[in-house]
Amino acid sequence: MMALPFQIVVLWSDALLFVLLAAIVGLGLWARTQPALRLAWRRVTADAVAMVSATILAAFVLTGVLDSLHYRARLDAQPGQTDTRQHYAVEVNSALDALLAPLRLHVEKTYSAPLATHLFAKEALPGSEVRGFPRLVWGGAHLDERLDAQAVDVARRIAFGLVGGLLGWLVVSWLMRFVQKVGTPRALPAGRDGDTARKPPVARKAMMFTLLVLFLLAGVTIALGSGYHVLGTDKVGQDVLYLSLKSIRTGLLIGTLTTLVMLPVAVFLGILAGYMGGWIDDLIQYLYTTLNSIPGVLLIAAAVLMMQVVIDTHPDWFSTAAERADARLLALCLILGMTSWTGLARLLRGETLKLRELEFVQAAHAFGVGNLAIMRRHILPNLMHIVLIALVMDFSGLVLAEAVLSYVGVGVDPSTISFGTMINAARMELAREPMVWWSLAAAFSFMFVLVLAANLFTDALRDAFDPRATK
Amino acid sequence: MFAYIIRRLLYALPILLGVNLITFALFFVVNTPDDMARMQLGIKRVTPEAIQKWKAERGYDQPLIWNAEAKGPAKLTATVFFNKSMRMFIGDFGRADDGRDIAREIANRAGPSLAIALPTFILGLFAAITLALLLVFFRATRLDFYGVVLCVAMMSISGLFYIIGGQWLVSKVWHWVPISGYAEGLTAAKFIVLPVVIGVIGGLGASARWYRTIFLEEITRDYVRTARAKGVSEMAVLFRHVLRNALIPILTGVVVVIPALFMGSLLTESFFGIPGLGSYTIEAINAQDFAVVRAMVFIGSVLYIAGLLATDISYTLADPRVRLQ
Repeated sequence: MMALPFQIVVLWSDALLFVLLAAIVGLGLWARTQPALRLAWRRVTADAVAMVSATILAAFVLTGVLDSLHYRARLDAQPGQTDTRQHYAVEVNSALDALLAPLRLHVEKTYSAPLATHLFAKEALPGSEVRGFPRLVWGGAHLDERLDAQAVDVARRIAFGLVGGLLGWLVVSWLMRFVQKVGTPRALPAGRDGDTARKPPVARKAMMFTLLVLFLLAGVTIALGSGYHVLGTDKVGQDVLYLSLKSIRTGLLIGTLTTLVMLPVAVFLGILAGYMGGWIDDLIQYLYTTLNSIPGVLLIAAAVLMMQVVIDTHPDWFSTAAERADARLLALCLILGMTSWTGLARLLRGETLKLRELEFVQAAHAFGVGNLAIMRRHILPNLMHIVLIALVMDFSGLVLAEAVLSYVGVGVDPSTISFGTMINAARMELAREPMVWWSLAAAFSFMFVLVLAANLFTDALRDAFDPRATK
Repeated sequence: MFAYIIRRLLYALPILLGVNLITFALFFVVNTPDDMARMQLGIKRVTPEAIQKWKAERGYDQPLIWNAEAKGPAKLTATVFFNKSMRMFIGDFGRADDGRDIAREIANRAGPSLAIALPTFILGLFAAITLALLLVFFRATRLDFYGVVLCVAMMSISGLFYIIGGQWLVSKVWHWVPISGYAEGLTAAKFIVLPVVIGVIGGLGASARWYRTIFLEEITRDYVRTARAKGVSEMAVLFRHVLRNALIPILTGVVVVIPALFMGSLLTESFFGIPGLGSYTIEAINAQDFAVVRAMVFIGSVLYIAGLLATDISYTLADPRVRLQ
């Protein structure tokens, strides 16, 4: 049997993320069969702002997914090795790490500004008495001593990047058009398909324009990144661009898994309380009022502190550092979920109270359908739009919360790359003169784009799905 | 109404008991006191004696919830749960790890917290409602559209950015106010201005957008059309009719946080070096001072429940039709 050059590692968070993606695809396919849902989605795809933000979100998700394909590289056999077993590196890497290997491995000594050729701090230069800025090992290394040519080199690289990005975009847009032509069945005669006539146009132009911008940005970044540190380096000389891209996965995971892990509990308890009433309702209400009355940050802090003790006292549970960091990330999601499911449960309880009195539920009762079946078949489908909106509404808040929690010291594992840990590390350097601004700027800009896109997309979704919204 | 308040207060007791049980479970059952002692003492100095001493110093050497060896009511009272959790009901929070009395520390620190949180709250509310009313006044125009876009953009910016950016611009570049610190009396003003302004700006986007949707919902009602039909000016319609009728949903979200203002803001206080309850909590979290964290959780819950009650009472003030029974 031929051995792979690597061993695939599936962390728990990876598995959950893939489950989530599969669920989204499945739900999407199912929604296509439902006329009402299809109409709502048409409204989303016709909205230019929604499609722009969806395109940007897709780019983020792609980065996150690439970063979730983990593996351990195979080690070459040592000369004196006697056993024939394969050995794998302790380090767990992802597909994104492999793609960004130049960025990941080109580590400088310490801070350097974006596109710099020299370190940010003065130190004693070898072979001379004067203190000066040492040359970077990688940044602008191809320039050798012709430092005055840097401006020309940067301009040339930007031009190359723009052209490359444009070409890439042309190829992709041609491919998309091709796939669409093959994928759609031949046009039905007008009037056969009920809703083709009223079908609002997809905001394709806005989408393609966003794609173009993304491609141009990527092209320039790649062209510059092969020779310089585009966003500078941080305290231990790591490339800030690499760190920012790695942070995306953490943000996405916290934003989605948190709601996902508590979703079943919130849905079940919310519907149960609203439908059954009586002492069950009282009990569930008591449960979420109690949880709700504990200030969120403090409950999270207390729970995270305790989780740290548990993880610290059981080092034998995890075989690699990546697994431990992953367990901590998941635990954080669980803890965040513990505090945030109450809102959704309350909302669902209220809606169920209304639905319970409607005729179709009464009719199901009269036909002798069991309580559980009524809740599952008749009430749950009518609440799905609330669940969907809650799922996306929480996302942006959670991404922002992660940064704050990591700052307070109760966020992700310090070894996990995230926007919060980036900001936390950069915060120490604010007092420096001149200021080290690029790590902060990078973390905040990436976070801003991600959250803004999510917020705009949520707005469009809510407008399309909320039955109360009249347009 | 008096009977209603009494009943609500009684209803708060089981909730507070539940809060205590949850924190108790988090702090003492998930991890035994031995685990905590081991972590706080570090790996090197862990001997059974040291652990015993650590536990005895903090009063963790009793049984957790049921003391089988004691007699009579002491079976319940000579336990960690009673001494550490139940005593919080009478305001006894015990001592922090540095030996100071937590209750006194809280009393001292509530002032600075309030000095920041109260102006932030009032000005923030005022600014958000004004902005929302303006957006509603210009509804369905370009101004409204860009206003909403601005709100969404503002709420997409991390709160950390507002603080870091504000400190950098105002204190470091312009040298208008000190970066951080606090003083008693009137000199405190120069330390308070920047956190308050940043707090107001940071919260403006989300709340203004939220109030705008509330006002928009009101503005399609019949009474608004009637008021316009009889010739009331648009400004008067907004301020006299829409604002007053939108009070109930606004109060729902606003009154509940008023008591919690005492707790201060974790981020603001720690960035600006304000010696309030927020920074106290952060210090306790970082120093893993469990007694303080527990006390703050309890106080936070009490204040939240007080806020819920205050919300109900405020309804009767805002809307004479609401009767509490």
